Amino acid sequence: MVSHKSRTGWILLLKFTLSDRGGRVTMSARVLVGVKRVIDYAVKIRVKPDRTGVVTDGVKHSMNPFCEIAVEEAIKLKEKKLVKEVVAVSCGPQQVQETIRTALAMGADRGIHVEVSGKDYETLGPLQVSKIFAALAKKEQADLIILGKQAIDDDCNQTGQMTAALLDWPQGTFASEMTLEADKLKVVREVDGGLETIKIKLPAVVTADLRLNTPRYATLPNIMKAKKKKIANVKPADLGVDVCSRLEVLKVDEPPQRQAGVKVETVDDLVGKLKEAGRV
Amino acid sequence: MGIFQRFARLPLKSTYIWSLCPQYSTDLTAVDRALIVRSSNPGAAPPRLPFSRVTREDLAFFRTLLPGRTITDPDLLKSSNVDWLKTVEGNSEVLLRPKTTEEVSQILRHCNERNLAVCPQGGNTGLVGGSVPVFDEIILSTSLMNQVITFDNISGILTCQAGCVLENLSNYLEERDFIMPLDLGAKGSCHIGGNVSTNAGGLRLLRYGSLRGTVLGLEVVLADGRILNCLATLRKDNTGYDLKQLFIGSEGTLGVITAVSILCPRKPKAVNVAFLGCSSFQQLLETFQCCRGMLGEILSAFEFFDASCMSLLEKHLKLTNPITESPFYIVIETAGSNATHDEEKLHKFLEEVMTSSLVTDGTVATEATKIKALWSLRERVTEALTHEGYTYKYDISLPVEKIYDLVQDMRGHLGDMAKNVVGYGHVGDGNLHLNITSPSKDPALLAAIEPYVYEWTSEWKGSISAEHGLGLKKRNYIYYSKPSEAVALMGSIKAMLDPKGILNPYKTLPDNIH
Repeated sequence: MVSHKSRTGWILLLKFTLSDRGGRVTMSARVLVGVKRVIDYAVKIRVKPDRTGVVTDGVKHSMNPFCEIAVEEAIKLKEKKLVKEVVAVSCGPQQVQETIRTALAMGADRGIHVEVSGKDYETLGPLQVSKIFAALAKKEQADLIILGKQAIDDDCNQTGQMTAALLDWPQGTFASEMTLEADKLKVVREVDGGLETIKIKLPAVVTADLRLNTPRYATLPNIMKAKKKKIANVKPADLGVDVCSRLEVLKVDEPPQRQAGVKVETVDDLVGKLKEAGRV
Repeated sequence: MGIFQRFARLPLKSTYIWSLCPQYSTDLTAVDRALIVRSSNPGAAPPRLPFSRVTREDLAFFRTLLPGRTITDPDLLKSSNVDWLKTVEGNSEVLLRPKTTEEVSQILRHCNERNLAVCPQGGNTGLVGGSVPVFDEIILSTSLMNQVITFDNISGILTCQAGCVLENLSNYLEERDFIMPLDLGAKGSCHIGGNVSTNAGGLRLLRYGSLRGTVLGLEVVLADGRILNCLATLRKDNTGYDLKQLFIGSEGTLGVITAVSILCPRKPKAVNVAFLGCSSFQQLLETFQCCRGMLGEILSAFEFFDASCMSLLEKHLKLTNPITESPFYIVIETAGSNATHDEEKLHKFLEEVMTSSLVTDGTVATEATKIKALWSLRERVTEALTHEGYTYKYDISLPVEKIYDLVQDMRGHLGDMAKNVVGYGHVGDGNLHLNITSPSKDPALLAAIEPYVYEWTSEWKGSISAEHGLGLKKRNYIYYSKPSEAVALMGSIKAMLDPKGILNPYKTLPDNIH
């Protein structure tokens, strides 16, 4: 049992065991941030001819916008000296290392690449990812996990909640504001009825919503520094996680095409057409 | 008019007075100088030439030819009578919207017979008052001539009508893995016919060259209604004089362009944008040299703007500066067929300029959304300036080293009279956009700017209009960049192709050409 008011020197405060959750000082906190590599927001999505998914080959990918906001929030905490280390985590094939590098260029300290490729990657979903994050949180002794509220490719909005449940940690989802006060986190959540403010104890999971912050551009000096930062490779099996999916995608279709409107030359034509359609 | 009265009317720094001071002498001859200053305001409209006025019979003819497309409603005409900058306004009473070349031909034949002046109009985004009538010229709009005729995806040659909006053509081509060889801020509104008539430059000129190289053929209707079909789709054709070059850049004064065939480049697979900050113009130029050397063939744009532009963007458009504040900002774009190859070159270049301190800060973007955001900083400077009141725009070509000297010189010269003096533009092409603002139109400020800025440009053998053209506002300043023999020859060509002078009168050629 370590008390943060101990007089035997603040050195003791740096030693924590996983079982000890009370009275934790956040100065040495470690934040895990999940970053997902998705098809870029501006790209026009095309469905594969066999209707099993969307075309991803040769298509521009980038970091999920909500994950960017999550990274930005973690970096802000580090700049305020409220947390000690920011670790960026991504699950997927070799290419996700680019996404981790972007997080490092924004200011994260190191990265973890959880290798998932081929068929496993195609069927990777929130349940498996949250199991991976839960295992990593324990392994890395994380105090805070910040994720984007959802990914723009599947729009699931599940990973954050499932991770918190697996760890039995409190969660502050759809955060539009978060403030660290000693060992508690004040989170303002965007909910249907307006804004809800909650206080949760660390360790916790937070999912970032749009208005939490505006992500910074990675500037050149930081991009250069990021090249030297470490990215560790881990396999899901090493974490004791089975990435087998229990879901099967039956088919993927485009939304129905919007019919073109009809242009008319005069007001009389307009009235005529409305009458034809039985609207007038 | 007595000599004293004449001198009294001239602005203090007119060329007449300057010609007495040897230290201000330029390469203009005395004859040229005399040709320039005829009135105290060379940019203003001259008196109306004796064209006919539109009668009921004319309207009946147009209405039969173009049913439903002959506009005479003053409310609908208003927007076509004023330019984009809201600085010049005509009072045309007729707007015609033909759909085919044949209709354009019949319109011009009628107008030529009746001696009615015509103002061809595309997207009306021109910045020198060339796209709107001065008096009651009939507006001939290409807005309904918006069909793509053919596209060959092996040669990349696109043939389309002159009223196609540039952005629509870009979208059409992008679906087929090609792009237009030009790109400008006005792409959402400008028509390709207008672009060709003004030999528009834009952001990609550095990479793909000017329209004089990429336009392969034109279909033009001449002043008397004859249709000149030179719509070749051949990359190489050396048979006789290249007539299309006459019409490119003629600003609608030699013929109305009705169709264009243009060579389009393949869409690059990898586009990267770097946004850099420099602490001095000298370093900016050295960065350019380094860029040319290290990026070579993948460089597709090199633009700059100064700190004053950035503060206007932040103030009026609420855009954020992605890097630390610097005196100069550069936007570099690379476009190539291999992302890994381009990124490697770009990162080596960035490492080089960062470690040698040519550049103080910067950021890079490879994703479409971020690229758009970085480009909008450069593309929206013009928009930000419109919020500052009245803008005096100068589009100058100079030797690259001298570009910013003009901005600094103007700042010193104008002092408190001007609210803002900003510089930005296609530094890679040696093209400066010098903009000066005041809360409202100020004749004293205008008199201090002109002809000083033109004299300055002429001294360094620059062009007083790099890409915007002459239009109405700059027609009388042509002598600063062209010798009088050349201008006289232009007049002869105009007289030959348009003897009655009905095509876009009062534009491009100086008043004394008549």
